[in-house]
Amino acid sequence: MAGPGKSRAKGWIGAWTLAIIVFLYLPVVCGVLASLSQSRYFAFPIARWSTRWWERTLDSIEIGILIQTSIVIALMVTAVSVVLAFMGALAFARYNWRGRKLFQRIVLLPIFFPQAVLGLALLLWFNTLGLPLSWHTAVFAHLVWIVPIVTLIISIQVYSFDPALEEAALDLGATRWQVLREVTLPVLWPGIFSGALFAFLLSWGNFPLSLYTTGADSTVPEYLYAKMVAGYTPGVPTLGAMTTGGAALIMIVGYVSWILMRRAQGAKS
Amino acid sequence: MTAIATTGADNRRKPRMRWLSLSSGARYSLPVLVLLAVGFVAPLIAVIAFSFAEPRSFAVFGAPTLENYRTIFDPANTVYLSFLWSLFFAALAVVILALLCYPVAYGLAHIFGRWANLITLLLVFPLFISENIRLFGWVLFFIKNGVLDGTMKTLFGLEVQSLLFTPPIIVFGMVYVYLPFMLFPMVLGLSMVPRDVVEAAGDLGASRLQIFREVELPLAMPGFIIGGLLTFVLSVGAVAESKVLGGQSVIVITHDIEIAFTYAQNWPLGAALSVLLMVVIGALVLLVLRYLDLDRILGRR
Repeated sequence: MAGPGKSRAKGWIGAWTLAIIVFLYLPVVCGVLASLSQSRYFAFPIARWSTRWWERTLDSIEIGILIQTSIVIALMVTAVSVVLAFMGALAFARYNWRGRKLFQRIVLLPIFFPQAVLGLALLLWFNTLGLPLSWHTAVFAHLVWIVPIVTLIISIQVYSFDPALEEAALDLGATRWQVLREVTLPVLWPGIFSGALFAFLLSWGNFPLSLYTTGADSTVPEYLYAKMVAGYTPGVPTLGAMTTGGAALIMIVGYVSWILMRRAQGAKS
Repeated sequence: MTAIATTGADNRRKPRMRWLSLSSGARYSLPVLVLLAVGFVAPLIAVIAFSFAEPRSFAVFGAPTLENYRTIFDPANTVYLSFLWSLFFAALAVVILALLCYPVAYGLAHIFGRWANLITLLLVFPLFISENIRLFGWVLFFIKNGVLDGTMKTLFGLEVQSLLFTPPIIVFGMVYVYLPFMLFPMVLGLSMVPRDVVEAAGDLGASRLQIFREVELPLAMPGFIIGGLLTFVLSVGAVAESKVLGGQSVIVITHDIEIAFTYAQNWPLGAALSVLLMVVIGALVLLVLRYLDLDRILGRR
C-alpha cells in the first residue's frame, strides 16, 4: 500500500478538499464583491468600487436595532441552552440509566426535522396558547432546535470523561456541589465552550425558525430575506457580509481561546 | 420509583440525593425532556389537531372533519407533484453529497492529521451564515451579468445560459447548504474503522476497492446512514433553495405548506400537508434510528 500510489491518492484528496472549500466560500466572496460595488445593480466585473454601502449600513438605525435583536436572542439562547444541554449531555452519555437509549433518540428527533415545518408548528402552538409573538417566542423556538445540537456536542466531551474522577472526589469527602464545580465542570469545559459557540452562532444565523416566531420583531436574516425578495440594494450583500464577518470574528476568537484552554488543561494533567 | 434508582449503573453506591427518587441520569434528562415536550411534541400535536379543523378556520376546538385530507387526496389536486419533486430532489441531493463528501471525510478521518482541526473549522463555518445569505451569493454568481457570466464574457467572450430559476439549481442549492450535514457524520463513521484492520486487509492482498467494499463501508455504515438520513430529511423540508435560487420554477412541498399558512390563510390545509410530510419523515427517521448504536458512533469505547 505504501509508495507513490498512496501519496498521489493523498494529493487528490487534498485537492478535492480544497475544491470543496472553494465551493463553500464562493457565494460568500460574491456577496462581498457585490457589497463593494458602487452601482445600484450588480454587474461583474465591477466598474466602480466604493464603500458607501458599508457606511450607509453602519449608519442605519433600523439595522442597528435588527442587529441588537439578533444578538439579544442569540445570547439568551446560548445561556439557556448551555445549562439545559449540560444536564442533557450527562443523561445522554455519563450515566447508565434505564431510559437512556430512548432519551438519546428523543434528543435527535428535532435535529432530524425540517426547520420550516417546526417553525410553522410552533406558530400554530403559540397561537393556540394565545401567546403574543415577539423575540421572546423566537428564543424559545431556537431552543427547541439548538438544545439538542448542543447536547450532542457536549456529549462527545462527556464520553471521554472518566467517571472514576467524580467518584474519587466523592470518596475523598467532597460534596456533590464541590465535585461539580471542581471536577466535572473543568474537565468538560472545552465541550461546554464549543457548545456555547455553536449555540450563539446557530441562533445568530437562523432564518426558518425566526421567520414564523418573531412576530413584529425582526432579526437580521429575516430582514435580509425580505429585502432579497423585494427591493434589492447593495445594502443586502453588505449587511450579509457584515454578519458573516461578525460570526467569523466570534469563531476565530472562540477557537483560539479553545486551543489555549486545551493547552492549559494539558499542562495541568 | 426506587426500582429505577437501583437498576442504573450507579447501584454500587446508594443515591446520595433523596429529594427525588429517580436515577441520576433520569434526573438530568428532565429539563431537556420538558423543553422538548412543550416545544416539540406539543406543537406537533397542535398541528395534527389543526389538520382536522374546518378549512380556513383558526380555531381548533370545533367538530373534527376530514375535509382537508379530502382536498389533498382529490385527484384534481396537483399537490402530490410537490411531494414527488421534494422526494426526488432530496434523493438526488443525497447521492451527489455522498460522492462529493466521501474523499473529504476520508481525508479528515485518516490523512490530514494535525491539519484536520483547521480544515474542519473552515468546513463548519458556513453553517453560521444564514442560508439565505449564502444562497443569495449564488444568485449573484449565476445571474445575468453576475460573476460567472461577467467572467466568461470578459475572458472568453462567451455568453452562458444562466442556470438560475431552473429545477437543477434547486438540487445544487440543497447540495450546497447541506454539505456539512453529510460530511461530519461520514467523518464520524470513517473514524470508527480501525486502521490496523484496513492495513491487515491490504497486507493480505485486498485491492483498494475490495477494502472499501468489504471493510470500510460496513464498519463506517452507521455514520453514512446518519449523514444520508439527515441530508434527506432536511432536503425534503427545504424551502429557501427553491424560493431564492429556483425562482419558484418548481413548487416544493414545504413551499406549498408555507403558501397555505400565509397567502392562502388556510391553516388547517397547511397543517394537513405538514402531517403528511411528518409521517413520511417520522417513519423514515424512527425506522433508521432503531438500528443505530449512538454510543458507539459518538465515541464511547
